[in-house]
Amino acid sequence: MIASVHFPVLQIVLPLLLAPVCVLLRGARLAWFTALTASWAAFGIAVALLLDVLAGGPISYAVGGWNAPWGIELRVDAANAFVLTIVAGIGAVVMIFARESVEHEIGNARAYLFYATYLLCLAGLLGVTITGDAFNLFVFLEISSLSSYVLISLGKDRRALYAAYQYLILGTIGATFYLIGVGLLYQVTGTLNMLDLAQRLEGQEGLRGVRVAFAFLTVGISLKLALFPLHFWLPNAYAYAPSAVTGFMAATATKVSIYVLLRVFFTIFGVEFSFGQMPLGEILMFLAVAAMFAASTVAIFQNNIKRMLAYSSVAQIGYIVLGIGMASVTGVQAGVLHLFNHALIKGGLFLAMGCIVYRIGSTHIDDLAGLGKRMPWTAAAFVAGGLGLIGIPLTAGFISKWYLVLAALEKGWWWIAVLILLSSLLAVVYVWKVVEQMYLKPAGEGAGRTEAPLGLLVPTWILIIASIWFGIDTRLSAGAALEAAKTLLGAG
Amino acid sequence: MMEAFGLYNYWIVIFLMMSGFYVVIARGNLVKKLVGLNIFQASVFVLYISMGKVAGGTAPIIAEGIETYSNPLPHVLILTAIVVGVATTALGLSLVVRINEEYGTVEEEELADKDPAE
Repeated sequence: MIASVHFPVLQIVLPLLLAPVCVLLRGARLAWFTALTASWAAFGIAVALLLDVLAGGPISYAVGGWNAPWGIELRVDAANAFVLTIVAGIGAVVMIFARESVEHEIGNARAYLFYATYLLCLAGLLGVTITGDAFNLFVFLEISSLSSYVLISLGKDRRALYAAYQYLILGTIGATFYLIGVGLLYQVTGTLNMLDLAQRLEGQEGLRGVRVAFAFLTVGISLKLALFPLHFWLPNAYAYAPSAVTGFMAATATKVSIYVLLRVFFTIFGVEFSFGQMPLGEILMFLAVAAMFAASTVAIFQNNIKRMLAYSSVAQIGYIVLGIGMASVTGVQAGVLHLFNHALIKGGLFLAMGCIVYRIGSTHIDDLAGLGKRMPWTAAAFVAGGLGLIGIPLTAGFISKWYLVLAALEKGWWWIAVLILLSSLLAVVYVWKVVEQMYLKPAGEGAGRTEAPLGLLVPTWILIIASIWFGIDTRLSAGAALEAAKTLLGAG
Repeated sequence: MMEAFGLYNYWIVIFLMMSGFYVVIARGNLVKKLVGLNIFQASVFVLYISMGKVAGGTAPIIAEGIETYSNPLPHVLILTAIVVGVATTALGLSLVVRINEEYGTVEEEELADKDPAE
């Protein structure tokens, strides 16, 4: 097949080109259908790439026929093929959800602009993941970031505007830090290709420029992925963005940034330098544990459930970073696995919140009273997702925490394992708070049964069922995560 | 002393970077924050352009009798980054316009008081 040779570039080009088509078509239905086609095609390509890579090793694609290191190389290996599949998969499922949700929250008159921006954001995220060029990564990062600022500002509440502005300021600072880091590396090595960078950096570790670049890259990307204490932009952005956007962003944007962090630490600088010569492991572990406890505690006191889930995201990012900080194959595997599982769980939970917004029109905890009777399917989806968040056995959340505990014990850090379990108890508290309100409090007067339409319920349940599926059958997720970890750590 | 003077591009980069960053953090006016962000980004542009200079090199246009050229790649990269910067500023300013329409102010402190706490 000729087309399959070009899959790596089609992965980005398809959503990128169909975005302006959405604007030209104008009609809400047509634009939605175009975006739906684009996102599902992207998902299909991502799956094909993942299967190819798992069977035959890394794929390299020279854009425009210009060979690396001069041209831009798209490079797919086990690590980013896995992330591509997650991002494209969530993007495709949320697109089903978007039609009715966007009609309700944004209105059909402006819907085509939403779909165009959504596709741009998707193209940017996929581009960040697939590219093998450090500067190209910056460009895609900014494409996805700029479109996500727009998507957030579309929220109904006027606070969405200020949240988008704050995210714009902090996001740009993060991206500029990344740019400074790449510039310094270029100054030392004269190349921008990631693999070439890795080779030429060998033996240069003592240079101040390399160390400064490392610091700038770490801080810049940490801002983007909302690592505690650089997470201030996240809670408001997630709380006030339209439901479909929150579901999409929570499951993809921070995850892609975590992938970038993995690339920089393991592929460009190498585990020797990042964790041996720099005290990165200690710093990451400290911040991760702080995130797990501080953000979970703050989540308990939130009355806006979307903001509560956003703080919970900051805590869950802590678990992922904790795994990365261990810098062992099992640790990184646990991190990548939780990246996947958390994307499903949090995506499902935020879509369930979208169903609630559609019918109840509020995300305040007091308005959820008696929801178990009023919207039984939505409430059940929320409970199933909440259990995954806590890490109850037979959910995906359990699997990733299991691997995380294994990785900690493998290093002999039993106290880390204890901290993981203790912080999970905090998740029990904030999930229970919502469950109690939904099932044990009576609904207000005159509140009948108002289940969300199928167009919203089906995508929500796809993600929730997937999160349970991958809690039982872990062959695909844990296997792919292991391959990813091996590739990143160069353990073949 | 001469060495420090020879690196004066980089001193300018550091000065611009720090002052821009300071403005972003310290100012409460949303427009001024964007101005600071622009200064901050401009410093990075100067950093890239400075590193493209090769001592004794001329403009990278092939001509007879010239063997040393400056490196054009950082300039090309920074053209892209400038475009990104312009887009960011445009989007930031349009968000400020919308915020001003909704709240009637662009001062951070006043914004905080306008919405009831949840």
